[in-house]
Amino acid sequence: MNWSEFFHMGGYAFFVWTSYALTFAVIVANIIFPIIQRKKVIARIKRAIKREQIELDKESA
Amino acid sequence: MWNWIQRFSSPKHFYGMSAPLIKWFSIGALLIGLYGLYLGLFVAPTDYQQGESYRIIFIHVPAAWMSLFVYMVMAISSGIGIIWQIRLADMVAAASAPIGASFAFLALVTGSLWGKPMWGAYWVWDARLTSELILLFLYLGYMALQSAIEDQRSADKASGLLAIVGVVNIPIIHYSVEWWNTLHQGATIAKFDKPSMHIDMLIPLLLMAVAFKLFYAAVVLVRTRNEALYRDRNRRWVRELIERL
Repeated sequence: MNWSEFFHMGGYAFFVWTSYALTFAVIVANIIFPIIQRKKVIARIKRAIKREQIELDKESA
Repeated sequence: MWNWIQRFSSPKHFYGMSAPLIKWFSIGALLIGLYGLYLGLFVAPTDYQQGESYRIIFIHVPAAWMSLFVYMVMAISSGIGIIWQIRLADMVAAASAPIGASFAFLALVTGSLWGKPMWGAYWVWDARLTSELILLFLYLGYMALQSAIEDQRSADKASGLLAIVGVVNIPIIHYSVEWWNTLHQGATIAKFDKPSMHIDMLIPLLLMAVAFKLFYAAVVLVRTRNEALYRDRNRRWVRELIERL
């Protein structure tokens, strides 16, 4: 079997490769979104810590 | 026993021990997935009825299985969260919903792309397809309830109840191909007699199913860790952890 035959998929190239491409996209999305979510959560908690620190400094001043 | 469960289900303990698991699940998913793809695309023989189009099976069926499996994980952990008030269980349920939804979506879309050349239509209101579409809506409903209710405990209860009631849909999806005259083909693997599938097709299919499962395990751990950080954002263990980052 050569490569052009492989990519041709017996005439079903569009259906087979669109399926595989979508699967790849869904997998990538499942990896990227939780990483973004993690960064957002950490940034949010850091901001809260900073805010509380400023409040504390004001009170003591 | 109860103390033991309490201790091991504490978000802090979970956070610490989940890090190495994520690494191993990811590596396993990648290696097994690549080997499964190689066998499925290069080694498995052409189907005598469906030609090369059947190769969609290697992603369609694992995605569909996972959409059911993740739903059961979500419903069972919601139940554990509601009955025993184990917070980690609620976090696992909330973390599972978007992943399960993505698998249900994938099962529907790849099925549609397989249906077009085989049945001549991208979509038919067949029992199997319709019940799988309802599964996707259940996932979306769970996610909508989670984000719509401000109070976390109420959100977990409401969305958890939806998840548990929705379990009724699971046997409907599974048996739809037997109960109704569907266009969708019957089960080829989950039968009590020998699976009606060539071994060279069966092995890559099972490998892909294992890879999908490991992938879910890795992603659900990452998402559950995010939930733990967010929900415990005012607790000391999170504060100490963030300050060290």
